[in-house]
Amino acid sequence: MNNHTHLHIHPIERLWIIISFSMIGVFAVAVLTAGFAYGFQLPVPEDRIVDPNLVATPGATAFGEPGLRELSPGNMEARVLAQAWSFTPKEITIPVGTKVTFYVTTKDVQHGFHLEGSNINFMVLPGQISKLSTTFTTPGTYNFYCHEYCGVGHQTMYGQVIVTEK
Amino acid sequence: MYAHENRLTAWHIGIAFVALMVGMLLGPLQTWEHAGLNLYPALRSIGIQSYYQGLTIHGILNALVFTTFFITGFLTFATTHSLKRASKYPWVHTLALVVMFAGLLITAVPLLLNGATVLYTFYPPLKADPAFYIGLTLVVVGSWITGYGLLFTWSAWKKENPGVQTPLIAFASLITMVMWQICTVGVAVEMLALNIPWSLGLIAGTDPQLARTLFWFTGHPLVYFWLLPAYISWYGMLPKQAGGKLFSEPLARLSFWLFLILSTPLGLHHQYVDPGIPAGWKALHAVLTYSVFFPSMLTLFNVVASLEIAGRARGGKGTFGWIRALPWSEPSFTAQALAGILFAFGGISGIANASYDLNLVLHNTAWQPGHFHLTVGTGVAFSFMGIGYWLIPKLSGKELWSKKFGIYQAWTWFVGMILMSNGLHILGLRYSVPRRSALGVAPYASAEWTPFLIESALGGTILLISVVLLYVNYGMTVFAGKKLTREIEMPVAENAEGMPSPRWLDTWRPWLLGAVALVLVAYGPVIYILLTRLNLTSPGFRVW
Repeated sequence: MNNHTHLHIHPIERLWIIISFSMIGVFAVAVLTAGFAYGFQLPVPEDRIVDPNLVATPGATAFGEPGLRELSPGNMEARVLAQAWSFTPKEITIPVGTKVTFYVTTKDVQHGFHLEGSNINFMVLPGQISKLSTTFTTPGTYNFYCHEYCGVGHQTMYGQVIVTEK
Repeated sequence: MYAHENRLTAWHIGIAFVALMVGMLLGPLQTWEHAGLNLYPALRSIGIQSYYQGLTIHGILNALVFTTFFITGFLTFATTHSLKRASKYPWVHTLALVVMFAGLLITAVPLLLNGATVLYTFYPPLKADPAFYIGLTLVVVGSWITGYGLLFTWSAWKKENPGVQTPLIAFASLITMVMWQICTVGVAVEMLALNIPWSLGLIAGTDPQLARTLFWFTGHPLVYFWLLPAYISWYGMLPKQAGGKLFSEPLARLSFWLFLILSTPLGLHHQYVDPGIPAGWKALHAVLTYSVFFPSMLTLFNVVASLEIAGRARGGKGTFGWIRALPWSEPSFTAQALAGILFAFGGISGIANASYDLNLVLHNTAWQPGHFHLTVGTGVAFSFMGIGYWLIPKLSGKELWSKKFGIYQAWTWFVGMILMSNGLHILGLRYSVPRRSALGVAPYASAEWTPFLIESALGGTILLISVVLLYVNYGMTVFAGKKLTREIEMPVAENAEGMPSPRWLDTWRPWLLGAVALVLVAYGPVIYILLTRLNLTSPGFRVW
């Protein structure tokens, strides 16, 4: 019969456990600080959910007329509608240094949206609106790809952000 | 001894390795397509219509069918041989196999007829034929029945052996099965409440955000369902195969308990960039994901220390001399040791994925298939191949046909996988190349990607050679091997400390309650939020 409760741990293993715990702790503090103090933000729920069957109807939602709008000088929003297998608009031209907030939704299956050269990378789900902001500081052409399988034409689904000199 | 268990396990393992063969043969085609050599048009004549149908078959057969059949078979074998007791109810295990096999056949029909080209994540509103969802559900139900059978056997053993500590291999097998029972609740609800009625037309629309969340409730612990049987072999068998002992059995038991508790409440790390889930809950799952890294760190130390005991017992000297002394001429050892080495790198790239905001750079890029081909594709599948090198001779009663082929197979897998996964990791991290995409015909493909696509295709080609070596060896063993002249026993590593583990490591209730409580805390409010925003508006789409 076995009644002892003591867990024997070799000294080197004890050290290994301490190192493992510390590593995990440092990682956790680092990524959460970056996320919540420095603003590397993840998409979060928008107030409203939408009906994917109606979302592309002009007048029903802002995605009825997708495109770029200036909110205030240096501050724009881009409404992008995803569908198999294209983004509307396919090309978005913005002046360098402008803050752009992307709102993306889909009228059919799940899609993805990853904008090169930025931290904008999210899922695009029917019924939900995905939102993240970025500011491009270097002029150039940046692709955005669909990164979730959406049918046999998936690999053709992309668009471009053209960042122009001021 | 255990004729019924052995025969049954032989069926499980046989089905598993046939499925894996078909699935793996489709793998290199993907790397070649990416590098510009598109062989898919030639596959139309055998019924594979597209890159994506091939990719779906590759994922379903390798990640779901191979793993589930292998694991249910291996754990049945391991538990009964570890307890040294035949199954309490052999018919339960026969029933499990029949249900799983029926499920496989039902799934295979739409899969092969291009009626379920939805990849192995089957995200709605991609809508497959109902048979696809019904068949997969039956495979899971069959795996549950296997778990019940093992619990019946264990409780009978407990009554016959009062006060005796459950041997490590049986103990860890049971924990794996109980963890699987807890975590498959998610996908069961997704299938029964959403996917099946929706694909049958009983409900008009589904909620993709809710379905994804239920999927990943099961989808990440699924990873531990794959991994823990490999750990059972690394802890419980490999030290013996190498000629050593298990360094610390108590800490081995502790890591399995930690996996029971921590495997499930962390699935949101697959959904960091989903729009419908609040950031606070994602952050909680990030911390819990980091914590499940800890039992794997314990495993790394314990298994390496056990192998050091083995290497020194074999006469290895000095700081690293013990490594050379290990039995590198034994394919079962070599495959599992190399699998463990690459798995460590897969763990590191997994830490990057788990890192909340860092994941913004990596989500759904080629980094992901790079990562999971090191973990499930190597740490798990390669270990299972290594187990096959002793288990298939044991079950078939034949000598392994060629040790040399086995050694070549192991090293080609190791080299091929390093090249393929290195290419994919770089493509994802540096160039944001999307995963699951027919890159060879993508209009946005860049010339900068080419060297890494070629590296990955070279890796895929070497892996194909490894697959051929594996199946020639297995096939020749089973169908043309010499009869075994001695009985093969399951290798069981002795406990180096020579005394039983503390009693609190043998008590189920607190760990089980902890596991359920943590799931409720981490998932309860998330599911509640999703139900308050329930949006059953998505009709199905067939876009392939």
